Amino acid sequence: MTFQLFVFYVLAAILVFAAGRVITVRNPVYAALFLVLAFFTSAGIWMLLEAEFLSITLVLVYVGAVMVLFLFVVMMLDLNIAPLREGFMQYLPVGILVGLIMVIEMIFLITQRYFKADNYPIPPPSDAGYSNTEALGLLLYSEYLYQFEIAAVILLVAIVAAIALTMRKRPETRYQKPAEQINVKKEDRLRVVSMNSEKD
Amino acid sequence: MDNFILLIVTILKIILIIVPLLIAVAYLTLAERKVIGSMQARVGPNRVGWRGLAQPFADLFKLLTKEVIVPSSSSRFLFLIAPVLSLAPAFAAWAVVPFSDGLVLADVNAGLLYVLAMTSLGVYGVIIAGWASNSKYAFLGAMRSAAQIVAYEIAMGFALIGVLMMSGSLNLSDIVRAQSGGIGHWFLLPLFPLAVVYFISGVAETNRAPFDVAEGESEIVAGFHVDYSGMAFAVFFLAEYANMIMIAALTAIMFLGGWLSPIDGFGDGFHWFLIKTSLMLFFFLWFRATFPRYRYDQIMRLGWKVFIPVTIVWIAVVGFAIYFNVGPWFQIRSI
Repeated sequence: MTFQLFVFYVLAAILVFAAGRVITVRNPVYAALFLVLAFFTSAGIWMLLEAEFLSITLVLVYVGAVMVLFLFVVMMLDLNIAPLREGFMQYLPVGILVGLIMVIEMIFLITQRYFKADNYPIPPPSDAGYSNTEALGLLLYSEYLYQFEIAAVILLVAIVAAIALTMRKRPETRYQKPAEQINVKKEDRLRVVSMNSEKD
Repeated sequence: MDNFILLIVTILKIILIIVPLLIAVAYLTLAERKVIGSMQARVGPNRVGWRGLAQPFADLFKLLTKEVIVPSSSSRFLFLIAPVLSLAPAFAAWAVVPFSDGLVLADVNAGLLYVLAMTSLGVYGVIIAGWASNSKYAFLGAMRSAAQIVAYEIAMGFALIGVLMMSGSLNLSDIVRAQSGGIGHWFLLPLFPLAVVYFISGVAETNRAPFDVAEGESEIVAGFHVDYSGMAFAVFFLAEYANMIMIAALTAIMFLGGWLSPIDGFGDGFHWFLIKTSLMLFFFLWFRATFPRYRYDQIMRLGWKVFIPVTIVWIAVVGFAIYFNVGPWFQIRSI
């Protein structure tokens, strides 16, 4: 067993364990943290595949940003677990059925002609000067430029839509307007009154 | 056998980075107290050792001998692992930092991305500490820190895109080499707005004054580490200062030419990297002594409404300048 294979098995074991705990652990915060662990180890596996750009981006985007926001939300929820678990037995048969269908589909996919492991020999390791990031960039910005830009626009639309859907103006909320604060003059705020001193 | 020797050599190299870093952290705390002291016309610590030079070790031994208290209704595992989670990324990022030409632990091609990923991981220590403590103050601190780091990380990433466009590489050593040719070729001049945004975002990312609302001792006591004591608290402290040195070193590499001398070819080397990093660290201390703490909504405004538009505009400017080959800085570099 080579060192790389050993690393792969260790990472794969951690990944399977973490992914399992995501759905079995009771506390939602722990579940989110196990998901973080799962992302992190799968980034390690991608690194073994010499896909360093995807691997680091997975950590940067999913672990560094998405899961932080996720944890943010999950920690704020004051969940009472007991009522959530009430319907468990009722939904169990449906759950098992869906799971079973997915497993059967995956078995078909993996054991059939096109997706057999034999069809995917271990790729030869690329030389030291090879940069996965550059290769990816060259392809994205030349051959797949249209698709890339369309995906970017779709994402932008999604962001705008998400903000538009959740934004609500509340008239009683008071905002600070820095531009007005900066432009304020002495005359706007201060009134000098000249009056005689009062004597009784 | 070869693998084994490689492993030993790598571990030795890591120790060679970590140990000086720890000493630097220890003396940064002293430097901070001395610098702020003299800015406020005080003396600062001067009792322990010659002119207070042994003060950091006195502090360390005090913290080591104190009891680590775990709150009774906290989640024990997360509570104890949180300081480690905040320290580990602070050290891991040093793997790709080039100290001098060729003097780098891992000369990886995606170094810049790696650094961004590692600095973004530091927030987990803070969030987990805040939640695991099971205290309102700690939780508020964690929430503030999470929102702040996510906001400033975007500005930081955009600022680095400018560097990336100028150097044509994600490798930190190549980024420094792209700045060779004296002080006029450093990225500080053509990317000045991005350099300012990067450094200030770095101050915000490390939760340092004036962006230290996550601690905010005047309103939420000490924020996320209010329940930590003894060595567990010291590890948080260590992580904060290691992150400060990290940001200072990265600013030196990205915008101040790393190990390059200001005069072309005149004594390049590690000492220049050290001088530049120390200068940026001095700015950290100076900020703390000068500015009052930002209000929380003002922090959010600065991050989202000021820094991000500034970086986007400057990325466009750099793009046009490179396209039209505006001298002396902007040119298309081969990839």
